[in-house]
Order: sequence, then C-alpha cells, then structure tokens
Amino acid sequence: MFTGFFYTLRQHKVPISITEWMTLLEAMYRGCITNLDEFYFLARAILVKSEGHYDHYDLAFQEYFKGVVSQSADISDQIKEWLKDSLALKKIFEENPELFDKMTLEEVLKELEKRLAEQTEQHDGGSHWIGRGGTSPFGHSGYHPAGIRIGGESGGRHAIKIAQERRFRNYASDLTLDTRQMKLALKRLRQLTRTGPEDELDLDKTIHATAKNVGDLELIWRRARKNTVKLLLLMDVGGSMEPYALLCSRLFSAAHSSTHFKDFRYYFFHNCIYEDLFADIERSEKISTEHILHTLEPDYKVILIGDARMGSWELVEPYGAIDYYHRNPTPGIVWLKRFAEHFTRSVWLNPDDTRYWIHPTVKAISRLFPMFPLTIEGLELAVKKLIVKR
Amino acid sequence: MKTNSFDQFKGSADYVTSEPLRNAVNLAIALGRPLLIRGEPGTGKTQLAHSIARSLGKKLITWNIKSTTKAQDGLYVYDTVQRLNDSRFGDKDISDIKQYIKKGKLGQAFASPEQVVLLIDEIDKADIEFPNDLLNELDEMSFHIPETNETVTAIHRPVTIITSNAEKELPDAFLRRCIFHYIEFPSPQLMEEIVRVHFPDVKSKLMEEAMKVFYSLREIDEFRKKPSTSELIDWIKALIACDVSTENVSREIPFAGALLKKEVDYDYFINNYLARNGNTIRRR
Repeated sequence: MFTGFFYTLRQHKVPISITEWMTLLEAMYRGCITNLDEFYFLARAILVKSEGHYDHYDLAFQEYFKGVVSQSADISDQIKEWLKDSLALKKIFEENPELFDKMTLEEVLKELEKRLAEQTEQHDGGSHWIGRGGTSPFGHSGYHPAGIRIGGESGGRHAIKIAQERRFRNYASDLTLDTRQMKLALKRLRQLTRTGPEDELDLDKTIHATAKNVGDLELIWRRARKNTVKLLLLMDVGGSMEPYALLCSRLFSAAHSSTHFKDFRYYFFHNCIYEDLFADIERSEKISTEHILHTLEPDYKVILIGDARMGSWELVEPYGAIDYYHRNPTPGIVWLKRFAEHFTRSVWLNPDDTRYWIHPTVKAISRLFPMFPLTIEGLELAVKKLIVKR
Repeated sequence: MKTNSFDQFKGSADYVTSEPLRNAVNLAIALGRPLLIRGEPGTGKTQLAHSIARSLGKKLITWNIKSTTKAQDGLYVYDTVQRLNDSRFGDKDISDIKQYIKKGKLGQAFASPEQVVLLIDEIDKADIEFPNDLLNELDEMSFHIPETNETVTAIHRPVTIITSNAEKELPDAFLRRCIFHYIEFPSPQLMEEIVRVHFPDVKSKLMEEAMKVFYSLREIDEFRKKPSTSELIDWIKALIACDVSTENVSREIPFAGALLKKEVDYDYFINNYLARNGNTIRRR
C-alpha cells in the first residue's frame, strides 16, 4: 500500500525506516486514517521526526499525490494580490539578492504581467509559463535563479494544498540559522578536562572505599570537569559582507553569550587580514596581527568568517589592500598563512552560496582553511572539524 | 471505519489545540507509542500533557528531566545509604530490601492500577544517551529490579508525552519508536481562540489592536527572542488590569517589557520600532 510514497520520501531525503512504515500501516489497519487530509497529518506524525524534514515531506507528498486530487487555484488573482503586497516583494529580494544582477524589478514585474496576459490556464512544469515546479522565473517552487515564488493559497484545508504551502521551508536544515541554533552548534565546541581544586565528590570511588572500610564512610574527592576550549573569532566586515551583516551578528552574539568557553576573543578585518586587526566593527581600534599571533597559544580554535571574495591583488600582492591609504608591504595571503600555521585548528565559514566558491580567491583561501557554508549543517561540520583529535 | 476509541482526546476547555495535534495525540494513544512534542518555547508543550490528563480524566505523572537525570532514576532507586544507616543505628529489618527500593516516575506510572498520563518533560536536557537507556522500558513497558528479583510490568500502557526543545539531537533508534508533532506558532485565528480561553471577557477592539502589535513585533528578525504565546497572555493580562485605552495599545505599546525579555531587544524596540512608526515613548 502506497509503497511508492515510501520511496518518494526517501528520495526527498526524509530519513524513514521500515519500523516507521510498519507503524503507519498499523495505524491504517486500525482505522485511524479515513481520508487524505488525515493521512497527511498522521503519516507526517509517524514518519517525520524533525520539523527540519517537514518541508521535504511536503515536497514528496505533492509529488506522489498530485494526481489524486485536482486543484483549481486561481493563480492570477493571487498574483494581483501579491503585486499589492509590498512585504512579499521585499522578502523576494532578501531571498534572492542576485535578482538585481539578472533583471531589474521593473523588468521582472513587466515580464510577469506580460506572461500573465498570455497565459490563460494553470500550468505545471515547463520553462516559460507561470506555474509550479518549472524553470520559468515566475511561479511556485521553481528553480530559476531570478525567479519569483508565488505562494499557494492559504487557509485551504486540502492536504495537497497544505503540502503546497510549504510552511516549513524555513525549518529545513540546509537553510541559514538563527542565534539559538548557532548556540546549540557552538555548544558542541567543548573539550572537558579535570582542573581546579578537588571539590567534587567521586561517588563511585567513595562507595568502593566505604565498602572496603566495612561501612565506615570514606569520602573521595576529585577535580571538576571544565571546558578548556578557547575561541578566536575573526570576522570580515567589508562591503561585500553587508548582506550578511545580520547573519554574522547572530553568530557573534551566539558565540558571545556562550559562557562555556575558557576564553573568547574576537577581531574584525576588511576583506583580508593584513598587519592590523580591529577590535570594533567601525575599525577604529587597531591591534597588531603580529601581537595576536605571539600572545595567543596555538591551541585557540579559530573561526574566520568572510565571503573570501576579493580582487586577487588584495590577496596576493604587496600594497594590494582595498583601502587606498593602507600600505601593506606583506600580502594578505602571507598573513592568512601565518594564521593557518600558528593555530592547530582553524576553519573558515563562508556565508556565500557554495556556487560562488569557484572564485579564485575563495579557492586560494579554502586551500589554507577548511571552508564551510554558514548554515546549520556547515557550522556543525566546522565545529566537528575544530574538535577532532588528530 | 474509525474505531470508537480513536477520538479520545478532544482538547480541554482551557487549552486550545489544532486538529493535527489532536489527531497526533489520538494516534499515539491508539498505537500505544510515546508522543514526542517539539516547538518554540511558550507554545504550550508541557500544558498539552496537563490538558490530555484533564480531558481523559486520568492522573498525570510528571517527570522533569534535568542535566543530571539518569534513566535509572525514572525506574527505581535503591536507597543504600538509608539501609547502611539503618544497619548501624536503626532498628529496622534490613534484610527486607524491598523497603529501600523507591520507584521513580516511570516505575510509578507502570505500577499504577489505572492508566495514567506520563509526561517526560524536556528530555533533551539530560545526557545524550538518556533516551537510549529508556528504549527497552518504553517498548516493553516493563523493567526488572535485580535487587529483589522482581519485574515491574505496566498494567496499562501509560499515555506517554515527551517534550523537547531540540537542545540535543535525539538518537534515531529512539525517534523511530515515537510519534512526532511539531507545534507550529499559532495562526492569528488560533491565537485569538487561545487568548479568549484565558480572558473570556476581553474587548474585541483591544484584542484586535493587541494582536496587530504582537504579530508586527514577531516579524522583526532582529529580536534575539521573539515574543511568544505566554508573553502575549501576560501582556494582555497587564493591559486589562491597568485598563489601557484601546488607542494607546498600538500607539504607545505600554508594558512592552512583558513582551520583550532581553535588554537588547527592548533597546532595539525603543530605538527602531517605535521611532519608525512615528511614535514617542514617554520617558519616566
């Protein structure tokens, strides 16, 4: 029964196993599920174990059941509605900043209206019409980079429509993260060692010793376990990082409010690291890079955050820094190399989409530092990289 | 056809549920599996168990998990220290080990002569191995006490509700055995229902204004902690208690401290939100 759905779900990377599938069959056998709407929610409750996979479930559900119920969403009405909704527009541009590169907003809207006039029926797939799942710049769940997503009808009770809404898009774990999620990821950045005075009762040893003493109490004390991880955070606050300012400030506040580090240092730079780093975002208070390399022990874990995209001269040439008045006799790549060599564990987090990582300076820097995207998964991988034993 | 026993949980008068959540609860009851509940803080995860217990007329046993909680604590504790003490100074019969075995919350739920609702609250607070240690007990609904050579078997499978804040990832083997539901942030309609449950006499105009302010605040991504249901309820309580006039609610946003719990959020609110909306706040 519905075995195809099982495989569709697995194709959409929902980690379901036979155990869960059998549970679903049991539920159906017991008559808990009577129609597709119930099936949507109950199957989700049984099969999906994380809100991070709800969106994948929605996609799989749409794909598998799209023939079962025909829907007649009046898309043109929604587009009119949407054209009025400036908030949605703002959102589109936040989601797809590259839209500006490919088309101007005016062009996009004009094109949209033109196609809307030509189109009289609902359309799925294809590369031109407004519809769902195609590669046209307009429509639902499309893949065109400059595309505009037109949301499904809201408030509908039909399971397919609910799946279509994809309300859990933002919970998918391949999306970028909020402060709390970052804190959770950073929490794993710990190495516990016993330090300090012997003031913790070692219960097992106490019991053992007491038993040996034939019941006369003997207390055994030990040192408490503390986190020994020291963190150094270096952030690019250059112009091209502007779109990621919010994201970076979240990571910063997550690291800052994580009290479990033994020491936490942070400095800022512009595009690339040269002989000075900065203690503040405005880059007014300078600190010599040499000084940092000398005073911080190699066991500091280093996280660098930046898009690593710059003019190649900024990276490899002496006097190549982007600020005209900044004279740097040592090229940036040498400074970066010194960081990579001095500290035993360092990673680079890149907020840019991985498809931009083909840029030459990104490639050069990723040869020095293991580079991860600034997403939930990326941060978790980076943290793992920072704590593995060699 | 549905069996009659499926629609057991219908929500209670003081707790508003969505249909998917009700279905998930009933599914968990029907299949006898634990129900794992996740969701933003303040969306009523813990309250759900209370509501189920009230709605079904069953006793609620709550097991609050802390970072030091061990799976064993939930089953039983053998009070060796008391026994040692009794052996030296007491006059009890220390050969009767039974009197030193104290059942934990899970043990109590199993041993209860009638079906109970068992709430395992904030399971992710405990050690990462904790859920795995409970797998067998939750599956078989029984455990063995070697000290007395006794097996405790559940007379009735307890309705088990487990809440989690996703602080730690739960093991796959554990997840496979659970029914999962994510409590979404309530839609404005559902939120209105929730508020009305708490304040049946709230004026519609006040409600409308308060909801408008609340949802507009929630749209601000810069907040470290967005206000949630429990904050909204506190805020409306304050608005009603001080009899704030309806116009003032959106103009001045009084008692914003009830909604925003972090200093940085409050500062942002004063400097950006109020300023942007052309509002001025009276400085005291």
